[in-house]
Amino acid sequence: MRALAVARGVAWRTLHNVFTNPSLLIPSLVFPLFFFVAFAGGLSQVDNVPGFDFPLGYTAFQFVFVLLQSAAFGGVFTGFGIARDFETGFARRLLLAAPNRTGIVLGYGGAALVRWLVTAAVLTIVALLVGMTVGGDGIDLLGLYTLALLVNIAAVLWAAGVAMRLRTMQAGPVMQMPVFLVLFFAPVYVPLSLLQGWIHGLATVNPLTRVLEAGRGFLAGSPTEVGVAFAVALGLAALFSLWALRGLRSAEAAG
Amino acid sequence: MSNVFAGQVLTLAQRSVVRTVRQPANIVFPLVFPLLLLAVNAGGLDAATRLPGFPTNSFVAFALAIPFIQGALFATMNAGTDLARDIQTGFLNRLALTPMRGIALLTGQLGGIVAMGVIQSLVYLGVGLAVGVRLESGPAGALVLIVLAVLISIGFGALGAFAALRTGSGEAVQSLFPVFFVFLFLSSMAMPRNLIEIDWFRAVATANPVSYLIEAIRSLIIVGWDEEALALGFGFAFAITVVAVALASMALRTRLARS
Repeated sequence: MRALAVARGVAWRTLHNVFTNPSLLIPSLVFPLFFFVAFAGGLSQVDNVPGFDFPLGYTAFQFVFVLLQSAAFGGVFTGFGIARDFETGFARRLLLAAPNRTGIVLGYGGAALVRWLVTAAVLTIVALLVGMTVGGDGIDLLGLYTLALLVNIAAVLWAAGVAMRLRTMQAGPVMQMPVFLVLFFAPVYVPLSLLQGWIHGLATVNPLTRVLEAGRGFLAGSPTEVGVAFAVALGLAALFSLWALRGLRSAEAAG
Repeated sequence: MSNVFAGQVLTLAQRSVVRTVRQPANIVFPLVFPLLLLAVNAGGLDAATRLPGFPTNSFVAFALAIPFIQGALFATMNAGTDLARDIQTGFLNRLALTPMRGIALLTGQLGGIVAMGVIQSLVYLGVGLAVGVRLESGPAGALVLIVLAVLISIGFGALGAFAALRTGSGEAVQSLFPVFFVFLFLSSMAMPRNLIEIDWFRAVATANPVSYLIEAIRSLIIVGWDEEALALGFGFAFAITVVAVALASMALRTRLARS
């Protein structure tokens, strides 16, 4: 109960900061839209490449990637906020005041989730307005958004672990770069079967590829690799929970 | 007079270069990140070379132009942020008390950008050649490419300096980065303009000067000597540089008058 009370307080404060500060809110809303426009608009010819077999067209193909990207970066952006809280000294006061410190991690995670849900809603509305076709039914779409939500949780836990260990805004690239690499070493622009050479090898072993392909399958209404994708997403979330909690212990030890 | 001015410029350029070299993040990130994106895009979009009408069968060669522009963007941000720090720490105010001419500060700052631009160009070109890209314009083309890349860096660097002088805030300069990135992404960066299907996107890319900067560099790599592409590329790079330097000079005058 005490953990939940702390989580509620931390989440409320974080969300209040984000939603009352345009310089924090606008980038997280605009960047996914911008990537969606740039990829789906500028590269739409790619669906004419021989062997490109996604049935709903290039806009829907890119939507799933941008949705997952927004989920991952929503988590990372929240990690920046945690690092800032440590730099300003707020997080240390929080560590002193909180009766249950696990609630701090839960609170930041909850805030990241709400923040991403807003971004996902805006992105989905824009995608539908520009004519994205959806092949899946309600259950399929629930599967897609649940996968993205798990990615968001995994990303915020990763970023929280880094922020609590390094406790400085300069840790930004450490939070951001691995997420960027994992995202872009998946089949971003074309299906896995069309990738060649080293990028095909990397994409094949990249766990996010399963999540991305399953997400595209959900949107198309022909789910594929669902079990593996959920196992990967849940596994990452569980792994980074431990990472974040160990980070919290590290922050506690640093005083 | 000109000797004194040259000495002032040299001193400030040296300071700009030394300051950049002392911050490894200012060198490593602008060098590594564009190459990383090149690797990702070239690997992921290689299949696009199978589209009818695609101008080359190597996406690495097609995309090699992009790091030159991204590198210039990073240089812009770093230079602008450094200048903003000079304003925030009072260095500019102290400079105003010396006989040093204000314009020497701007020229010196741009001198640092030229040095960084040359290093970046050599690295990007070297990596391109190492992964098998052949320059259709030959060794002379490589020279022209470096000159164009440096001119673009000066133009973007002057824009960064303008933002720094106008706002006096490093954060404001950093916030320009996404704006520049919008220009980059809404260009013919990833697809030739004639192959962009969506009408409005093609229109935006055609109106976007960054498309012509990329296409000029790209022409030297995959076409050879394309006079039209080069004229447009150099023309836009020169125009951006002239306008940006004029704006930065005006902002500098205002800033020094305020000090």
